[in-house]
Amino acid sequence: MRGGRFGRPPRRDERLRTESLNRKAAIPTGSQSGRESERDPADAPAVELVGITKQFPGVLANDDISLTVRHGEVHCLLGENGAGKSTLISILSGMVRPDAGEIRVGGRMVQIDSPRAALELGVGTVYQHSTLVRALTVLENLLLGETRGLRLDVEAARARLAEVAATLGVEIDADAPAGELALGRQQQVEIVKALWRGSRVLILDEPTSMLTPQGVAELQKVLRRLKETGISVIFITHKLHEALAVADRITILRAGRVVGAIETAELEGSSAEEVQGRIVRLMFGEDARAVADVAELRTDLEGEQAPLDEQRSEAATLLALSRVSARPVGGFDPGLEEVSLELAEGEILGIAGMDGNGQRSLAEVIAGERALSAGEIRLYGVPVERLDVSARQKLGLRYVTDDRLGEGIVSSLPVSLNLFLKRIGQRPFWRHGRIEHRSVEREAQSLVKAFDVRTPSISTRAGALSGGNVQKVVLARELSFEPKVVVFNKPTYGLDLRTTSTVRDMIRGLARGGGAALVISTDLDELLDLCGRILVLSGGRLVGEVENGPNAGERVGELMVGAGDVAAA
Amino acid sequence: MSELLTRTFLTALISGGLIAGVSLMFTALGETISERAGVLNIGLEGMMLVGAYIGFVGAYYGHSFWVGFAAGIAGGAFASLFMVVLCVRLGLDQIVVGIAITLAGEGITSVLQDTQFGSTYPRLGAPPTVAIPVLSDIPVVGKSVFDQPLIVYLGLVAVGAVSWIFRRTNAGLNLRAAGEKPEALDAAGVSVVATRSYAALCTGAFAGLGGAYLSIVGAGTFTPFMTQGQGFMAIVIAMLARGKPLWVVLGSFLFGISLSVATALQLAGINISTDVVNLLPFIAIMVALVAFARRSYLPPALALPYVRGAR
Amino acid sequence: MTGATTDTALSPETRPLEPIAPSHRFVSDALDVVVRSIVPVLLALGAGAILLLALGRDPITFYSNVWKGGIQLTAWQDSAIRAAPLLLIAVGLVVVFRANIWNLGYNGQFLLGAALISGLGPHLVASEPRWLALLLLFLVAGGAGAAWTLVPALLKARYETNEIITTLMMSFIGVGVANILIKGPFQDPSVNIPQTRVLPLNKMLPSIPGTRIHIGVLVALAAALLVHFVLTRTSFGLRLQILGANPRAARHVGVKVPRLIVMSFLVSGLLVGLAAAADILGTWGYVRANWNPAYGDTVIPFVFLARLNALAVIPFVVFYAVLSTGGDLATQQASLSTDFLLVLVALILLFMTVIEYLGRRRALGASYLTPGLQQALRSPRLRRRTSA
Repeated sequence: MRGGRFGRPPRRDERLRTESLNRKAAIPTGSQSGRESERDPADAPAVELVGITKQFPGVLANDDISLTVRHGEVHCLLGENGAGKSTLISILSGMVRPDAGEIRVGGRMVQIDSPRAALELGVGTVYQHSTLVRALTVLENLLLGETRGLRLDVEAARARLAEVAATLGVEIDADAPAGELALGRQQQVEIVKALWRGSRVLILDEPTSMLTPQGVAELQKVLRRLKETGISVIFITHKLHEALAVADRITILRAGRVVGAIETAELEGSSAEEVQGRIVRLMFGEDARAVADVAELRTDLEGEQAPLDEQRSEAATLLALSRVSARPVGGFDPGLEEVSLELAEGEILGIAGMDGNGQRSLAEVIAGERALSAGEIRLYGVPVERLDVSARQKLGLRYVTDDRLGEGIVSSLPVSLNLFLKRIGQRPFWRHGRIEHRSVEREAQSLVKAFDVRTPSISTRAGALSGGNVQKVVLARELSFEPKVVVFNKPTYGLDLRTTSTVRDMIRGLARGGGAALVISTDLDELLDLCGRILVLSGGRLVGEVENGPNAGERVGELMVGAGDVAAA
Repeated sequence: MSELLTRTFLTALISGGLIAGVSLMFTALGETISERAGVLNIGLEGMMLVGAYIGFVGAYYGHSFWVGFAAGIAGGAFASLFMVVLCVRLGLDQIVVGIAITLAGEGITSVLQDTQFGSTYPRLGAPPTVAIPVLSDIPVVGKSVFDQPLIVYLGLVAVGAVSWIFRRTNAGLNLRAAGEKPEALDAAGVSVVATRSYAALCTGAFAGLGGAYLSIVGAGTFTPFMTQGQGFMAIVIAMLARGKPLWVVLGSFLFGISLSVATALQLAGINISTDVVNLLPFIAIMVALVAFARRSYLPPALALPYVRGAR
Repeated sequence: MTGATTDTALSPETRPLEPIAPSHRFVSDALDVVVRSIVPVLLALGAGAILLLALGRDPITFYSNVWKGGIQLTAWQDSAIRAAPLLLIAVGLVVVFRANIWNLGYNGQFLLGAALISGLGPHLVASEPRWLALLLLFLVAGGAGAAWTLVPALLKARYETNEIITTLMMSFIGVGVANILIKGPFQDPSVNIPQTRVLPLNKMLPSIPGTRIHIGVLVALAAALLVHFVLTRTSFGLRLQILGANPRAARHVGVKVPRLIVMSFLVSGLLVGLAAAADILGTWGYVRANWNPAYGDTVIPFVFLARLNALAVIPFVVFYAVLSTGGDLATQQASLSTDFLLVLVALILLFMTVIEYLGRRRALGASYLTPGLQQALRSPRLRRRTSA
């Protein structure tokens, strides 16, 4: 689901303002007639986009987008998921070609029709998903794509790495396999890679999504050093407080359009509420009220009132893990080591940690997808570790996976069957091994309605739904038929804020209704928004517990870092 | 057991093993290249057969073994063009296309052989060999191992070259990335499709050469279905060698020797059913697969077509 | 068959949400079936004709000989008989392919079953009543076929070892073992050629009255119907489909993946074994050493063309049975190797993948043309200027 489906075109005055801001931005760089004549490259802005439009089947992803990035500034593209940020940077990095519009780099009109062209123009990109080859060393990763000469020039590369690392103020082991570095370090390698051929423009796509608060601080330091050397940074995010923390300028996107631009310097002196109100209105127009409370839109999370679960001490324990261990899985998940936790009725318990620290194992062990090597899992005091997925599902123990497209749904099957995937063979939907189409369809209809799944019909292929609706299908499957204890793995990852808000309300509703939720997330803001208690998972072990409250985020971050590097190694 | 180790037996075993082993080695080396780049070449058997037939025709009419080898290389590469266009360029299923190439290779070479040579059954003479001084004078093994057609030595050089390319060159690095994580290669500005295309073409060329060696040097003639599953064996060897060319050589000669046991035994005057002995290499492969089931390594992106932006 | 592995590659935010207008749907679906199933066959026959011309043969004579030898007079009965083993193998392949498992070891499974029953058959029919003997022989063949899939099945279930390789290797071994059996313990001592004893005609599968068609054909049809029902209506079928479409989802929703892999392998091997029984007990009555009809190789494209649907497989198999029965006559008349049929089959496969590719582009909202072609065909007036 895209915000734009429910939104409206920006008001005329907003559009005018956008244009005037863009024009204003061009002023310091000199000539105002830049569109017509070639400018002196030194004076021209680093990057200029004019009227970029991109249509995908059924979606106008970018609609006449124009923006200007100056030398040595951090320019933030702010917008919720689905606003068109990713498409725009795909165009800038040569992955996607625009249908219309002009791109100027250093004042020269250019065509970026391949990633190579982007790199040659001095535009380097750090994608949200790592592009490092885990099996190759750091040096080999950096050498990748080199076509000059026959032999790998390892020594020159080593020298170049030292040079770029010094600029960034970081230290990187050139010969370590990339897959063995901690995630923060991997990101630094990605930045080095993007700057490898002397790029003057660096694009960072949601760069904080896999960082600890400490990692974010380090990234900010790196950004400052880059600015000093005159490199422009395009920083993509969907979080308001991040944009405010790093940006010199913020361009706000909604439904594929630029709906506003703000110089952060302008904001000095205005109160946090004013800033937030102003930007949120730009981001959502009249929809703003529907998403007002979502953590992503707050300017400051610290000091927020932590959600309370008062009766926790008296409440019954619904789920208890005692000394649960599981074997590691092929290099990307360390398994679990003696994990013990208790989840009480009405509680929302958070599990924080960087990706790949055992989250998947934890969720799958509880759901029954993976066998444990030691320990005990009790549901309502009864051991369940011998039960299979559907038996646990039947008892009300549910798992909302983080990989909804990869394993949450079978995209070639209709929505209706996807709603019953965990009940195959069970009455009343199957009798004597035969499917009862009528009861499946009847129940599917009512679930689609109850969970507000936007689908042409229940017989539509699930793969044809948007990301938000796929998540609703998964939620409908897991939160129907008396859910009691639900494991949510990154429940709002990649969703637009309206759906995010709905999903978080569902989680709170579950807890309020006498159930309990275990929320696993790499997004600390989400956990601070939802949970009373946060456990930190690192290297497959629980390394600490933090009560939500002032400074909770920082303390969780410290725990993550404390063992984080060990875990990733 | 003592008569087993007679001169005749050993000579037959080793020279037969080398003949079968060299064609396996070429083919498996080719498969290693495309597997590393992320293309699974189930059509190897067909490419070998095309190479074997065209190689034989080339050698027969061109009156030169080198013309034959060149023709075999060209034939194999031509057969792999289907793989390049349909799988690498268009992203079609590598397994289905591979099966099609194998069937087409089997069918077309059999039909052509039948129409062209079905009544004459021409044969080629033995190719000239190059004896390595000193080493070829070693008793028993010397003559059979170190007195080979030049193409065998060139093949060993090719193994070294491929190994060097993998480890030390830009092209080799890009090739490995195409199999490990194509999106990384793409982001680095190198075309995944082009990289994989070249790899698949190399594979076809090597498989064609392997087939040509089999018909020109090994048998001296072409018979339909003469590869007898060697293409598939080559895939297994490449898989178990975990992308390392030197292991490919070792594996190929081990399996080559197990292929030649039958002939050697017969020459040594021991009568074991050829059917039993012919099973040995396949049984050996199954045993190897069972024993090393957990160890065989295939690149993560193997057999997956690359689509930019898909995750 | 490619749809399972290459899920449409759009990021969530660019995923289209357009429902297809239902009124156009029926017509376009029907057209789609025709285009995707029949066009590849026609293209292959056309390409085959060109190939025949290149070989100096007359394609019209060739194809009319196919018709003569496969349909005319009572030839259609031979085609029907040929269809029995083909159909059973095809249905066996449907089962595993639906789960996205590649059982390519059908030749070994088939021949092993064939060798066992032609070795045991003469003894059994002599000592037991005909129906019981035949039933037992069907079970023996099916059991042998199933057993021969066990090692690849377990390796895949436990270690995810590539089953293409293991089934092929087991196939080579199976063919060899079958030959050893035929030349060894099962050899008919009364003849010089290595072959098994011949079943007496009156002990083989009975014919449908008034025809030469044996009831193995009915067994095959029944198997197709049964498999179709199981695959489309039961929980087993749905689990298999999920496993094929998305193995990770299968694991996630609690399908016992290893067990299902082994089950589908066994069922597939069983059906291939039954094909051997139908062929030996209905048609040949004995097996000669080094006999390998390789039915499975030629039936694969038709399994795909039928979109892994056990019912839709029937007409395609019948088509191939005619082509192959008539092809025997046609190749003989044209003094070509019968392996020419392999070329035709390979061409069908290749054209099928191409048509499939074009169809997939269309399903994604793109044109049947490739971007390069479109660019070339687009008139300059319509081309948007994106550069100076």
